[in-house]
Amino acid sequence: MTETDIQLDHKGRLKHFLTTEGLSRQLLTDILDTAASFAEVGGRAVKKVPLLRGKTVINLFFEASTRTRTTFELAAKRLSADVLNLNISTSSTSKGESLQDTLHTLEAMHCDMFIVRHASSGAAHFIAGQVAPGISVINGGDGRNAHPTQALLDMYTIREHKRDFPGLRVAIVGDVAHSRVARSQIHALKTLGVEDLRIVGPKTLIPADITALGVRVFYDLEAGIENADVITMLRLQRERMRSALLPSEHEYFACYGLTEKKLKSARKDVIVMHPGPINRGVEIDTHVADGPHSVILQQVTHGIAIRMAVMAMIMGAATESH
Amino acid sequence: MRAKREPVDNVAALIDQLAGQLQDWLRSNHISEPVIIGIHTGGIWIAEHLRDKLKIAAPLGHLNIAFYRDDFSQIGMHPHVTPSKLPFEVDGQHIILVDDVLYTGRTIRAAMNEIFDFGRPASICLAVLIDRSGRELPIQAQAVGKTLKLKPEEHVKLSGPEPLALEITANA
Repeated sequence: MTETDIQLDHKGRLKHFLTTEGLSRQLLTDILDTAASFAEVGGRAVKKVPLLRGKTVINLFFEASTRTRTTFELAAKRLSADVLNLNISTSSTSKGESLQDTLHTLEAMHCDMFIVRHASSGAAHFIAGQVAPGISVINGGDGRNAHPTQALLDMYTIREHKRDFPGLRVAIVGDVAHSRVARSQIHALKTLGVEDLRIVGPKTLIPADITALGVRVFYDLEAGIENADVITMLRLQRERMRSALLPSEHEYFACYGLTEKKLKSARKDVIVMHPGPINRGVEIDTHVADGPHSVILQQVTHGIAIRMAVMAMIMGAATESH
Repeated sequence: MRAKREPVDNVAALIDQLAGQLQDWLRSNHISEPVIIGIHTGGIWIAEHLRDKLKIAAPLGHLNIAFYRDDFSQIGMHPHVTPSKLPFEVDGQHIILVDDVLYTGRTIRAAMNEIFDFGRPASICLAVLIDRSGRELPIQAQAVGKTLKLKPEEHVKLSGPEPLALEITANA
């Protein structure tokens, strides 16, 4: 079964959440609406609702992450679930235990949901195919493939500022080739009705077949963000320098770093997003990252509401079908 | 199966009666500045009228107990939940909690749990338009518009907000 097929149950509801690809506009909108109702919980004296009381969520992280793991953890805790954080790279696998054995061991602890982060594309899909029927899997980022909750918190942030998607001019800037965030964003933005979607970056970091997804490619930053309503900057992964895809960080910043001067070619009310962690002075200038157009910290806050929504929708559907 | 429908009394008169009982309650308990919270959706409609009649200064509180229901595991997640909004400090406050129909008592239990997640009120009293039979928890209202003895297959429903109307339906 494909990722898209395996993540929906027979009634078309989320069973796993692996990718934004192939999900309907209605379902994406439902997730955003549900997140909007959870957003208020973060402002309470007791930041908790009892929805997932007694459920166990396991953060299964095969790759380092701070913000994704902590916001998933907070989201689960605000729904009153119990959370276990497992950093697998420093755990059993280093003692030679296979992935399947690790999964079965965790299943024997009667958990209800895995949040999976892995360096290999397809890892979350693979695990979703392996787990017992009562367990759901959420993809917290797999290789270059997908990072669906990040894409949805970006959609939530855009909707907060721009209301509706059709008619928006959106530019995704940077290392698109290695970015699971970009891939998930493109699918979500297209499904939600964005027609003017631009990909901006150096030739070596843009996949040749990307136009098949209905985007336009720009190699010049100022041309690519002209009149943009939304700019999302991608993190430049430093290891790309070593692989000789780029000459130097300094030169990258000169061409593709977002500065206040370059930002002038966008619309006056443009919002600037970044999935984090940011490299100041590499893909984004400090004055832009902290400036009036930046919504980077709002994205983090929205991430908690989105992750609460996805977990609650999945658990709601799962318990009902039992 | 055809549903049998019959209208119930004049809702405005019931609200007047509720307001009178609440005034007595507030006076005998020496409460001068209560706040008022309606439970989504029918309770909010009633609470708006009561707030006017009791001349309560604080804005109306909205409570949506969707995240506190004890039947989440049976009915799942509803995608369109209007968030709760309590635009005042809950700590130390005397609260009038308003719902349209008091039935099993589960909604009120959930509502009290939610209120306590916002703070520790000084007191809560309950006002309901209709107190119908079928209680499953030890919960009772301090102010009641009308008491109805209904069979389990009979339902009483408030429609509104304009005009407010009560209707009993029964599966014949």
